[in-house]
Amino acid sequence: MIGVGKIKQYSNVLDKPLSKGKQEVSLSAFAFLFSELVQYNQTQVDNIAELERRLEDAGYAVGARVLELLCHRDKGNRRETRLLGILSFVHSTVWKVLFGKVADSLEKGTEHEDEYMISEKELLVNRFISIPKDMGTFNCGAFVAGIVRGVLDGAGFPAVVTAHFVPVEGQHRPRTTILIKFAEEVLRREARLG
Amino acid sequence: MAAIYSLYIINKSGGLIYYKDYGSAGRMDTNDTLRVASLWHSMHAISQQLSPVSGCFGIELLQADTFDLNCFQSLTGTKFFVVSEPGTQHMEGLLKHIYELYTDYVLKNPFYEMEMPIRCELFDINLTQAVQKDRVALLAR
Repeated sequence: MIGVGKIKQYSNVLDKPLSKGKQEVSLSAFAFLFSELVQYNQTQVDNIAELERRLEDAGYAVGARVLELLCHRDKGNRRETRLLGILSFVHSTVWKVLFGKVADSLEKGTEHEDEYMISEKELLVNRFISIPKDMGTFNCGAFVAGIVRGVLDGAGFPAVVTAHFVPVEGQHRPRTTILIKFAEEVLRREARLG
Repeated sequence: MAAIYSLYIINKSGGLIYYKDYGSAGRMDTNDTLRVASLWHSMHAISQQLSPVSGCFGIELLQADTFDLNCFQSLTGTKFFVVSEPGTQHMEGLLKHIYELYTDYVLKNPFYEMEMPIRCELFDINLTQAVQKDRVALLAR
């Protein structure tokens, strides 16, 4: 950080380095805001799949912006062009900026070539949320899935991203897995690049 | 060992929104718990009016021969009270902690409707832990 009195003068605002901004926001404030987001969307839909889709759309807009910002801030206006590169960018850089930590794990699906999973023991958005029994497998992580989809889509890796609860042995609470299923063309391009 | 018998949470209009008992002592059926809740709500309100000192916030502790009743009222009028063995210490602290859990796991939950009965899994889990920890702390002393 530049000390007081040593502040460099920039004649043009565009020459200024992009500030990192305040790194942290209140968790409570976020939790209440997110809760309201879910409640509002709940009034607009009549089934759970629709609610999930709306949350995902809200996240998509965040993801698209986050990609833009982070490419500019951390990568000197370059973006990842390879599959593993973009996945680790999401898993570490994006996660760190949004949630203050890297995601717990990033794995390749065992059954399908085009599937990757980001798992999180306790997703930040789900910290205070208990899903009622009658909502079945609904997961508010759909919002985070939307963010991931936004980042991937913006970077040219179209994919279908969904959030699921996965029970863990010996743990009372299930963990959340973000399942990423890439579009065919992404894999074809990846194969061509070798 | 001093023990907690039961915990009640009542909304600002006197309806019982959460009840949990610990152990068989002092257990009541559903109708009785509802009755206790609304009775306590009224008594609490009356005590505020009858109090000889000004600025009274209502009964905080009721001591009887067979139980103690500690009550905590939040700013919005939600009341939390625990019924415990006579002479149980540090109940104010526990109530404050339960209030904290309520604000975290109930109020921040988008699927909870205000003033309605609390059915939140995370609240239950954390509450059980808090009460257990409290018991452990009591045992250690």
